[in-house]
Amino acid sequence: MANGFDDIDNPLVDRDNDGPRGPRNFERNDRNDRNDRGGDRRGGGGRRFHRRKVCGFCREKIDIIDFKDVRLLANFIPERGKIMPRRISGSCATHQRMLTEAIKRARNIALLPFATD
Amino acid sequence: MILEKRTYEVVFIVAPTMAEDDLNQLSTSLQQIVTSQGAEIVKAEIMGRRQLAYPIGRVNEGQYVLFELTGNGSEIAELERRMRVNDQIMRYITVRVDLDRRRADKFKAKRVRKASKRPGYVAPTEAAAE
Repeated sequence: MANGFDDIDNPLVDRDNDGPRGPRNFERNDRNDRNDRGGDRRGGGGRRFHRRKVCGFCREKIDIIDFKDVRLLANFIPERGKIMPRRISGSCATHQRMLTEAIKRARNIALLPFATD
Repeated sequence: MILEKRTYEVVFIVAPTMAEDDLNQLSTSLQQIVTSQGAEIVKAEIMGRRQLAYPIGRVNEGQYVLFELTGNGSEIAELERRMRVNDQIMRYITVRVDLDRRRADKFKAKRVRKASKRPGYVAPTEAAAE
């Protein structure tokens, strides 16, 4: 089975998250949603940058997360087979709930693993 | 009293050893059971062979079949009973989808309403609505 890293440029996953002190992209031309309000970028003073992530599902306007869509769900399960937490995936609460439900259903019918080692 | 119509999605896994003809036959017989109970088949699709994410009873492969049906829920009980009895069916899952779909429609309507309030709004054309 695909381990979820085969389509790396899936728009739903924030792969360019460089960590708290990584380089930042200051050109924000991806502001296409009213909830996408940049970050509270207060420079200097050792205060670390914090970019407000926007839920990929909201951006893509996905209302139903289908449990049969393995290619989509596989993006949210790292190698271990766990569900990617919200703080990493950046999904909103509503979509994370839908995603969790879908992943659990998919596990039930052996579309996704419960655990991998 | 009118029972509301509910929409369900049923996915089940058939043993990989089952031949294609038998699989088709099984699928149609299950559909007949459901329709005889008063439900309506919206979609019946054999999704094909797939490697299982984990072995089920030492089997590593399965044939997936998807049904989508509308009914009041009693058909599901019968269908699930039949599937439980059949040892060729390794696993099944039933998901009620009408509530989620209704919610999705509501979200969509809300988005449209919001978009129409925005300045510089251009009414979507037929092609854009697609």
